[in-house]
Amino acid sequence: MTAPSDVSTSAMASARWRPSEFAFWILVLACAFLFPSRYLIMTDILRLALFAMSLDLILGYAGIVSLGHAAFFGVGAYSAGLLALHGIINEPVIALVAAGLVATVLGFLTSFLVIRGVDLTRLMVTLGIALLLEALAERFSNITGGTDGLQGIEMQPILGMFAFDMFGKTGFFYSLIVLFLMFLLARRVVHSPFGLSLRAIKNNPLRAAAIGVPVNRRLIAIYTLAAFYAGIAGALFTQTTALASLDVFAFERSADLMLVLVIGGTGYLYGGLIGAVVFKMLQELFQTITPQYWLFWIGLVLIVIVMLGRERIHRWVLFVPNLIIRQLFGRKAVVAVPESDAS
Amino acid sequence: MTTLFTILFDGVAYGMLLFVLACGLAVTLGLMNFVNLAHGAFAMTGGYICAVLVNQQGWGFFAALPLAFVVSAVIGVALERTLYRHLYTRSHLDQVLFSIGLTFMSVAAVDYIMGSSRVFIKLPAALEGQIDLFGVGIGRYRLMIVVICGLLTLALQLILAKTRFGSRLRAAVDDPRAAIGLGINVPQVFAFTFAFGCGLAGLGGALSAEILGLDPYFPLKFMIYFLIVVTVGGSSSITGPFLASLLLGIADVAGKYYVPKMGPFVIYTVMIVILLWRPNGLFGRTAAR
Amino acid sequence: MFNRRNMLLAASTAVVAGLVAGAPARAEDTVKIGLIVPMTGGQASTGKQIDNAIKLYMQQHGDTVAGKKIEVILKDDAAVPDNTKRLAQELIVNDKVNFIAGFGVTPAALAAAPLATQGKVPEIVMAAGTSIITERSPYIVRTSFTLAQSSTIIADWAVKNGIKKVATLTSDYAPGNDALNFFKQNFTAGGGEIVEEVKVPLANPDFAPFLQRMKDSKPDAMFVFVPAGQGGNFMKQYAERGLDKTGIKVIGPGDVTDDDLLNNMGDAVLGTVTAHLYSAAHPSQMNKDFVTAYKKAFNNRPGFMAVGGYDGIHLIYEALKKTNGDTNGDKLIEAMKGMKWESPRGPISIDPDTRDIVQNIYIRKVEKVDGELYNVEFATFEAVKDSGKTKK
Repeated sequence: MTAPSDVSTSAMASARWRPSEFAFWILVLACAFLFPSRYLIMTDILRLALFAMSLDLILGYAGIVSLGHAAFFGVGAYSAGLLALHGIINEPVIALVAAGLVATVLGFLTSFLVIRGVDLTRLMVTLGIALLLEALAERFSNITGGTDGLQGIEMQPILGMFAFDMFGKTGFFYSLIVLFLMFLLARRVVHSPFGLSLRAIKNNPLRAAAIGVPVNRRLIAIYTLAAFYAGIAGALFTQTTALASLDVFAFERSADLMLVLVIGGTGYLYGGLIGAVVFKMLQELFQTITPQYWLFWIGLVLIVIVMLGRERIHRWVLFVPNLIIRQLFGRKAVVAVPESDAS
Repeated sequence: MTTLFTILFDGVAYGMLLFVLACGLAVTLGLMNFVNLAHGAFAMTGGYICAVLVNQQGWGFFAALPLAFVVSAVIGVALERTLYRHLYTRSHLDQVLFSIGLTFMSVAAVDYIMGSSRVFIKLPAALEGQIDLFGVGIGRYRLMIVVICGLLTLALQLILAKTRFGSRLRAAVDDPRAAIGLGINVPQVFAFTFAFGCGLAGLGGALSAEILGLDPYFPLKFMIYFLIVVTVGGSSSITGPFLASLLLGIADVAGKYYVPKMGPFVIYTVMIVILLWRPNGLFGRTAAR
Repeated sequence: MFNRRNMLLAASTAVVAGLVAGAPARAEDTVKIGLIVPMTGGQASTGKQIDNAIKLYMQQHGDTVAGKKIEVILKDDAAVPDNTKRLAQELIVNDKVNFIAGFGVTPAALAAAPLATQGKVPEIVMAAGTSIITERSPYIVRTSFTLAQSSTIIADWAVKNGIKKVATLTSDYAPGNDALNFFKQNFTAGGGEIVEEVKVPLANPDFAPFLQRMKDSKPDAMFVFVPAGQGGNFMKQYAERGLDKTGIKVIGPGDVTDDDLLNNMGDAVLGTVTAHLYSAAHPSQMNKDFVTAYKKAFNNRPGFMAVGGYDGIHLIYEALKKTNGDTNGDKLIEAMKGMKWESPRGPISIDPDTRDIVQNIYIRKVEKVDGELYNVEFATFEAVKDSGKTKK
């Protein structure tokens, strides 16, 4: 890469939409019409993708590991559920944003706990927060319904026009639009000077501080933003399923999320989306084949991925798309090689 | 007053058990810098080995315990040589992915072989019931745990501090390259340590079946507890996790007895507060890794 | 060494296959049953018992009823309600199932209820035991039990047998609270006193501190409800703490001495008195045959969950016979209402008003029979309805 004249031109150059990105989103939209009987699982994937994108913001861009991201997902889910259950905000879109904001507040408050310490400490503090919230939700069962979850949530039509249907069509397109908008926002953020400063922090916090990046403030900001994303994902969950139960906080949810993101690759925003598709599809496939022992095969796939090396697998997966792009556009376009894999 | 002692004793026994289960994890994490989330799987293996030997083969409980240790250690060393070895230099994320994968496989495999119901180990009559010591009720089984685990801790400490192997291990951990230069066979030391940690977990699994319950989901259910012990205790020594286990055991038991409604809050709050106060654990090294 | 390229190819085909699968053409002469139970996770043994029992029933009775072939589609929800809901929805919409069945836990059964109503598909609850479930949809029928049934009976029995002071230990979730409340209601009405009330978290590794509390409150007996899988650990620690020596007996609904695990719990359980719907020692010829066949097929003793599944599939078969193979949801529900039959657990029927099960509740005591531990029935309360309905 040639030396950039200043930060913003470099940021703008890397922020340009690539053909492969258009192709990706067209493919996503195509799926909506190709598999009309599979809206539910696809909605599930979209939610997971949004959630994984949230983790990518902190893990891939700021290097903060978290095993308790479900905390924000759960808070968003319960907020949306309670808002709808008690008729406080009936309009789903406004409720979605409101629930996201509740998670944001929590994210801001807990960010001070998380920016301290090394990786392992962060893992455990985030995990502890999620577990604590789960215990709280169980304890205050008069508000949350305890182990039985919130019962009897009824969602009003979106914008007063589109009612949630049994086939999940409305829910799917709703989730897709939300995901896309959130993706645009995230893309804007990570390609801004702010996003670049985060990468600087990730690569070397000391050096970043030395060139005048306010490290802690930046970390707090991105952690809070990620909490907002996770809250939105949680609220989407409640709104599309009309359910909220204790398992939204569960350790398994956070751990699965980590798997999704690691499979897809961190630090290029699409990792969460691709990981979500691959993970859910594998799970669905194995569950169909063997409802009892699917965990075994998922485990085997994870081990194979690690043993072969993620870089190698990503290269293989990208082989065909790159070939096509090279033929069509006549240049050496590389489809989104995950940053963490580069060198 | 006597109740207080009973609670204290139960807490100590619970803590000791956690220590034996988790100290292998402390070793792999602190000494080898490897995040092995599959640690619980080795504990489960030990538990099931013991259960099969005692319930189906008619072995004595005490005869089966060493075998639980040995088999888990052998499986541990086999996996270390074939799989783990390649991952020491990889990122923590890869290690997490790999060890969770291994945990999933072990859960499903045990479910397939042994069924999903809980398994109990038939205990000799000598271990059942309570003995009365100056009015303090002491569970026999828990007393045995305290004795076995106490001896193990002492032995571990001695091995690490006094033996040639211990000094090699410490050297290998402090600076693997310098250790190799001194002629220490570092991979061998690591393999042996790893096996020993797995063996301890297996023994812990066999001992814990009675108290924690043994089913195929054991590794997933208790992964969090092991991690808490190791992070709170700090992973640079054996003493740290040991004291952390005791603290955790007593806090948990006492918390449940005196404020049953608060349930799990006690543990999680204690953990978060300690980690905020000492990010590297109570007894961790001050330098960030 | 495996071929890496092939694996990659397989993985990408898998992705497409995953999406395309699940929408096979519907044959007119098959009846599909979507069985949603936890096959993984902490509740897995519930799911497996139900699945086993259904397999056994279909082996014994064939897979055709009223000219239609029965096809069971098994799905694992790991007892997580949003999975249940998604699976139920997909089964109804894509697979066009005629029944949804199973449901290991209450939240799962409730999550599927609106779908049963919308899709007019009968939902056969084979495990979950909270009273409210059948009120959530007119298409829900239950073949398991409600906790009110056994809890009120054991309370009445305790009052009659001179138990004055009781300490309670229940798991803190809906079935546990149901058990506690119905026990308390009947027990205090009969003049009994609750001296200590402890709710233990559902995911709970060690009972020791709670048991110590029980011991210190010095009751005549302790009322215990923990989910079936935890019963074994509870009884072991009960013995370890020496509570069996102090004369504090365990009473409660039969979940704590579930047949599935009972034989491995050790002699400490001897003398435990529970009220429940089913014992593997139920002295009827039908039950003996059932237990023998189940043991032979799956090398394990059937518990009450297995019976719930066995009766559930029987109900589906009988309803189909009655409608002559018609799979209209309303007609099937109509056919099920008031149906009576002899089950391995004894005579049972479906209450035509609440669509809930009406069954005998037996008072049993754990005894040794031929060297194995069994719940031996010694008193029977006949045709007990669920008293926990809010709409009476």
